[in-house]
Amino acid sequence: MNVAASLVRADGGFEAPGPSIFDLPPVFSIGPVDVTKPMLLLVLAALLVFAFFYAAARQRSMVPGKLQYAGEMAYGFVRNGLGRDIIGSQDFLRFMPYLTALFFFVLLNNLFATIPVIQFPTFSRAGMVYALAGLSWLIYNGVGIQKHGFLGYLKLQTVPAGVSKVMWPLLIPLEFLSNILVRPVTLALRLFANMFAGHILLVLFSTGGLYLLQHGGIGYVAGPLAWVLAVAVAFLEILVQFLQAYVFALLNAMYISGALADEH
Amino acid sequence: MNGNLNMIGYGLAAIGPGVGIGLIFAAYINGVARQPEAQGRLQAIAILGFALAEALAIIGIALAFVL
Repeated sequence: MNVAASLVRADGGFEAPGPSIFDLPPVFSIGPVDVTKPMLLLVLAALLVFAFFYAAARQRSMVPGKLQYAGEMAYGFVRNGLGRDIIGSQDFLRFMPYLTALFFFVLLNNLFATIPVIQFPTFSRAGMVYALAGLSWLIYNGVGIQKHGFLGYLKLQTVPAGVSKVMWPLLIPLEFLSNILVRPVTLALRLFANMFAGHILLVLFSTGGLYLLQHGGIGYVAGPLAWVLAVAVAFLEILVQFLQAYVFALLNAMYISGALADEH
Repeated sequence: MNGNLNMIGYGLAAIGPGVGIGLIFAAYINGVARQPEAQGRLQAIAILGFALAEALAIIGIALAFVL
């Protein structure tokens, strides 16, 4: 596949990367279903996260070896920072499997954007993120309904405390919209848009550098400069990937803790 | 003059989050300056606030490409 030729438009200009670069061709087909690279990456990430924690937890020795220590540090980070501090020390334990798996699954999928050969963030495909956000929505609403009952939970989420009854017709629909309808959308959109924009940035710098290098003149300086900047942007993207995985898990923990909160 | 109106929209949309993130980190720096022991606890809140404010700018650039 001639990458250099695909960068040049019919009139000789630069073919800037757009949303079409995310439509990857299928790798193989199982019957009527096309299996594409993002689907394979999703399964790969799940297997890797499971394999890491399974291997780390197998020995269970009192004096941990290196792998077990790494696993304990990883789990401890989520347990202390997200579970105990956000959800509270009383009932955070039953959410730990979900939060740990979620954090490391999202983190590994995000890091796939920077790992060589793979270089595609699976959560730049919006459908995958909305599925995760839907699961989060079911969990935090389900936990809240289980604790408070359906009407009690709605009252907790939609009726703000310390506000006079006159404001209620305005505030209750707004709170309902914000807490129950919009939350999964913003949760998913934040992660998706970050991965989407980051991948487009990286592709833009890389292919732009190649185009500049091909078309001579100032391009002999600007092209390699674009590639140096691509490396810098890649480091920025690594930071963003960690941050977005952490914020996704953190917001999940906060929604769960908000759903479990006691009455005012 | 060629170009895309989407990008002007994104440029305007990025003003708000830019100011917001500046305010958040100004508050974080102030808090840590007054009480350096609080750095760990304030950092988590600062990161959360940053991600929430940044979300709008990121939604802006993503939709500028998609729409």
